[in-house]
Amino acid sequence: MRFFPAHLYARDPRLLQIFFLGSFLAAGFIGLGFQLPLWQPPLIIATALGAQWSLTRFTRAPPAGFLSPLISALGLSLLLRTDVVWIPVLTAIAAIASKFLIRVRGKHVFNPTNFGLALAMLVTPHAWCSPSQWGENGALIAWIAILGLAVSHRAFRSDVSLAFLASWLALKGGRVLYLGQKLPVLAHQFSSGSLILFAFFMISDPKTTPDSRAGRVLYAAMVAGFAFYLQHGLWKQNALIWSLFLLSPLVPLIDRIFKAPPYHWPTERTASCLPAVVTSS
Amino acid sequence: MLARCRHLFLITTAMALIPGAAQAFCGFYVGKADASLFNDASQVVLVRDGDRTVVTMSNDYKGELTDFALVVPVPSVITKDQIHIGDRKYIERLDAYSAPRLVEYHDPDPCAAVAFARSREAKMAAAPAAVGRDLQERASALGVTVEAKYTVGEYDILILSAKESAGLETWLRESGYRIPPKASAALAPYIRQDMKFFVAKVNLKNQKATGFSYLRPIQIAYESPKFMLPIKLGMANARGPQDLVVYALTRRGRVESTNYRTIMMPTGMDVPVFVKGEFSSFYKSVFERMHEKENSRAILTEYVWNMGWCDPCAADPLTHEELRQLGVFWLDEGTAGSAPGPRGARFGGAVPVTLTRLHVRYDASHFPEDLMFQETGDGQNFQARYVLRHAFQGSLQCPQAEPYRASLDARHQAEARTLSDLTGWQLASIHQKMGKDAPGPEQPWYKRIWR
Repeated sequence: MRFFPAHLYARDPRLLQIFFLGSFLAAGFIGLGFQLPLWQPPLIIATALGAQWSLTRFTRAPPAGFLSPLISALGLSLLLRTDVVWIPVLTAIAAIASKFLIRVRGKHVFNPTNFGLALAMLVTPHAWCSPSQWGENGALIAWIAILGLAVSHRAFRSDVSLAFLASWLALKGGRVLYLGQKLPVLAHQFSSGSLILFAFFMISDPKTTPDSRAGRVLYAAMVAGFAFYLQHGLWKQNALIWSLFLLSPLVPLIDRIFKAPPYHWPTERTASCLPAVVTSS
Repeated sequence: MLARCRHLFLITTAMALIPGAAQAFCGFYVGKADASLFNDASQVVLVRDGDRTVVTMSNDYKGELTDFALVVPVPSVITKDQIHIGDRKYIERLDAYSAPRLVEYHDPDPCAAVAFARSREAKMAAAPAAVGRDLQERASALGVTVEAKYTVGEYDILILSAKESAGLETWLRESGYRIPPKASAALAPYIRQDMKFFVAKVNLKNQKATGFSYLRPIQIAYESPKFMLPIKLGMANARGPQDLVVYALTRRGRVESTNYRTIMMPTGMDVPVFVKGEFSSFYKSVFERMHEKENSRAILTEYVWNMGWCDPCAADPLTHEELRQLGVFWLDEGTAGSAPGPRGARFGGAVPVTLTRLHVRYDASHFPEDLMFQETGDGQNFQARYVLRHAFQGSLQCPQAEPYRASLDARHQAEARTLSDLTGWQLASIHQKMGKDAPGPEQPWYKRIWR
């Protein structure tokens, strides 16, 4: 009995992404001791799915299913921290609404999770990210899991993720060498769950990255470079999130320079709602 | 019924219980003697709003004053006006106010509920340090620049910049200090980041004039986007893990680390009443167990509270004047609202100051980087608080007494288990210490069926 039939996730890699994010959210509650109120993830998920449904109807957009908003909601649940109940709701609505409202040539500009987080942190001090909440063990398990997935499935081998991680490693490693620090410092800087989420679930979003491979690699390197400057030049917190947020509007420009057909999820043209539950064969 | 219970005592633990509380902090002590120059525990107050920071470093140096010196990396050249010699009583106040606490409740007479009175109690410990000698102009040959030189209070202070770590190490060595062997490697990253070094030694004449038998805390005010504590230097001459308590005073909310996992201490548990007599060793064990559980890599939050009040109060909230002495600089901006009076505003009157008390036990292998912080918008209060519930001691002659007695045994059983989970102590020894409160042997399950 196979829990994830190959024909299903081969059809849509988002299912595997949902499985990964859902597992880490569950692990966060059960073993990793995320200090996150239990009500927050369900609230974010319900709001995001509700917003997707309402906005699809309201804008009369072709139904795009609920996989993407579920991924956005899980990402927000893992990253957003707040002490006020209305912030998760507004963040989830803002995240989903950005897909419908901020579009250039039929393509949305911002990764929804990134947009939601950045907007929440901009408008209220009661929203923040806790980048080290996973601890080293949690981050290590996540690295093993994500690299395992990357080896076994192409959906986790996106060129954007790899280009970003390579750039980030080069910049961070260069800094460690320049400062005369030791390798454990670099290892410590990479033991961050937020970095994994960012590299594999946020910057890699095929709907908001440039259409051409050259554009994507360039974009990933730019995001890494700008984040490095924000973090070590200006000493800003959450540099990766701000960097992606501020550079996302460049994607339409990059698309003009490096032309290629836009990306579509494998099930996007056929599925009109959640794919039916497939039982094991 | 419970509402009628009142806690009778509040017992707090403070720096006194930190093992080997000695001295230390973000810098390191550079000593000319071998003895007792190791950093085991220290307290730092970090006042931060925007880019403005006031750091107060307190230590417990016990060696010869002539042997003591202190090196702390600072983000820029510090002028004399930016340095102040504080009074350690304010740090003691912060410690007493925020210390992990034990609250005590007495069961009311189940036959005739009686309300009880309440009182409280607190204690703690802390300290300061430093020493002096002179500089030479060989400095420039070694790439070391003496940016400034001041005498403030009992300290002779130098602000140094350096081109390379070996030069700085040589200069310090030639100036007569016994530098820890790893000093150069620890100094290098700060030099590369263009940071300066704040070097303080004791001016013996001035120290005598102060009339204090100890060294007072040094306070530095500066502006920098870096919200961090340099701990790497402190590891250079440390024998083992060091304890650091950071009191962060911010305008908005809780402070946490951005590069180390920051978690809350376990709180709110009922523990057997004998813990009252050994609260220090109890809390030490709880801390150690949490530290191990987190693989020695986490920062533990012991207290987060708005400075305007507390509940229960281990000590009164700090007054505006006390906070100002610690460097809280925004109280006069007219946003303060109701100021806590000299006795504090225990049940209301929030002020724009949140205290976060973080306790970290660090060593070089588990903490490869300096501590980086962020202020979150989290306004939720938190305290490390443990509860004692005393059984009613009078004679019990009423129908309600029987179920009460029956519930006591289960309660004591649960308290013992909680204590064992929290501290790692053996259940058998806990039962022994519980004396007459020790729960009887657990009844077999079948005895509970046909009662």
